[in-house]
Amino acid sequence: MKNKILTLTDAAALVPSGASISIGGFTSQRHPTALLRELIRRQIRDLAIYYHSAGSDVDLLIGAGCVRRLEGAYLADGVFAPIAPNFRRFVEAARVEIVDYSNAAMMARFTAAAMGLPCLPTRSMLGTDMMAGSEAQAMTCPFSGESLALVPAAHTDFCLLHVQQATASGLLRIEGQEFLDVQQALAARTVIATCEELVDEAVLREEPERNRIPAFAVHAVVPLPFGAHPHGVHNCYDYDPEHLRLYTAAAQSDATFAAYLERFVFGPTSHQAYLQAVGGVERLEQLRPGAGLGYNPALLRTPRRAP
Amino acid sequence: MKPLACSTMELMAVTAAHEIRDAEVVFAGTGLPMLATMLAQRTHAQDCVIVFEAGAVDPRLRHLPMSVGDSRTLAGAAQAAGLFEIFNYVLQGGRVDVGFLGSAQIDRYGNLNSTRIGKDRQQPAVRLPGSGGSADVAALARRTIVIARHERRRFPERVDYRTSPGWLEGGATRQAMGIYGGGPAAVVTTMGVIRYRETTHEPYLASYHPGLSAQQVQDQTGFTLDLSDAEETRLPEKEELEILRCEIDPERIFLK
Repeated sequence: MKNKILTLTDAAALVPSGASISIGGFTSQRHPTALLRELIRRQIRDLAIYYHSAGSDVDLLIGAGCVRRLEGAYLADGVFAPIAPNFRRFVEAARVEIVDYSNAAMMARFTAAAMGLPCLPTRSMLGTDMMAGSEAQAMTCPFSGESLALVPAAHTDFCLLHVQQATASGLLRIEGQEFLDVQQALAARTVIATCEELVDEAVLREEPERNRIPAFAVHAVVPLPFGAHPHGVHNCYDYDPEHLRLYTAAAQSDATFAAYLERFVFGPTSHQAYLQAVGGVERLEQLRPGAGLGYNPALLRTPRRAP
Repeated sequence: MKPLACSTMELMAVTAAHEIRDAEVVFAGTGLPMLATMLAQRTHAQDCVIVFEAGAVDPRLRHLPMSVGDSRTLAGAAQAAGLFEIFNYVLQGGRVDVGFLGSAQIDRYGNLNSTRIGKDRQQPAVRLPGSGGSADVAALARRTIVIARHERRRFPERVDYRTSPGWLEGGATRQAMGIYGGGPAAVVTTMGVIRYRETTHEPYLASYHPGLSAQQVQDQTGFTLDLSDAEETRLPEKEELEILRCEIDPERIFLK
């Protein structure tokens, strides 16, 4: 079997400026954030990003000036960021193009591409202003006569994922929620997966029902523990509330975000250096999950009050 | 009897919980909808089921999730799925009884805007997160409950952008559009509860929170509300507040 293991640097070099991409994960969970930081270090520009419910993954790329166009449903991060700050600032200044769809519509678009179809119908979208602002078309079902919306397949050049386990051949296992990773991966021409743990082929083949993405759909594998930080990875580590709050505060202006990028992206030139910059082993171990849970129940998530 | 001291947020959570019936399937978002559903599960609707759009089905939540993608949504869950299963099989398949929605703007017929304030598409005055699953839940749940901060600017006659369909232009316009699900049943706000008349789908004030009058709610609303059936919102029971404060949100993540 072909060995698809690449270094982070070599994997990031596969993605050129102007590419269309989708990114795995959901709000504060399981994004390939270390890979995104490497794209920023390479000063990639003019990306077209297709997304459903993104958080400070897509927002990071927007703030770093890597993005020309957005097509998707939601950019925020729950309690940490009610509106993704770079996204808001860039859209309000027309520094990035945007086309709005709903989550169900984006799900249908990635699924259509993954299934080799040019489009899929959905019962959502009708009666909304997203119809006129996007490529969605109202249609009448030729069989039942019902009203539906037809949405176009979302093929992308690349899908960037972070998963718990992968083999050198590119077989991927996802634990916890899948989000839309499987459909996004199968909708892309090239899939780059970073993983918490590289495991033997035989180990994943003992429980094939737990594996989600076949090796033939994956082009590069990068073993990268804590590769999603500051986002969480179910069963591996929680999101980092302190860093996500720091991020949201920094992303409020171009000047403060430039300082953030210098401190956490351009300054630390490797993933190891980044992990040191965010607190090193001592901090990262505090994010480890509790027994029997995929997250850390003792993690302090609201800001410490002044004494 | 001395009235119970509780915050507006607590009152809203309890009021929203009363909208949920036992054994219903509830599509919940972050924040107050989670509090309301968890409270309903611990009081009058023990068999109601929560689904989260990111993939968690029927969890036994132990720690409040910060977003619907949070690992905390999987504690004691029946299934860990993904958007494909939730949007296709659960929501579009017609399995959701109640959907909770939030919104920056809500208009006379319960249409919601979570996309942008201002008319310029490529350069809005305020860019909001976007639909997420809101448009989908608004179209496909059997009924929806909207949670909103009650300010006049947030309750215009028409929303700047229609992200999520309510009763569209009132009357039978929603049905005529071919929208599948049932439409907005109630809007639980910081000032009261708005509902819609059958057939016309004109809004009326069902209740105003203690300390306010029906007219004060109307004054903060940009369209005319029928006030003829308005009564004071029922106060929370002591037990409901204790569950909210001690069991559901002891970290005070959402409760203010």
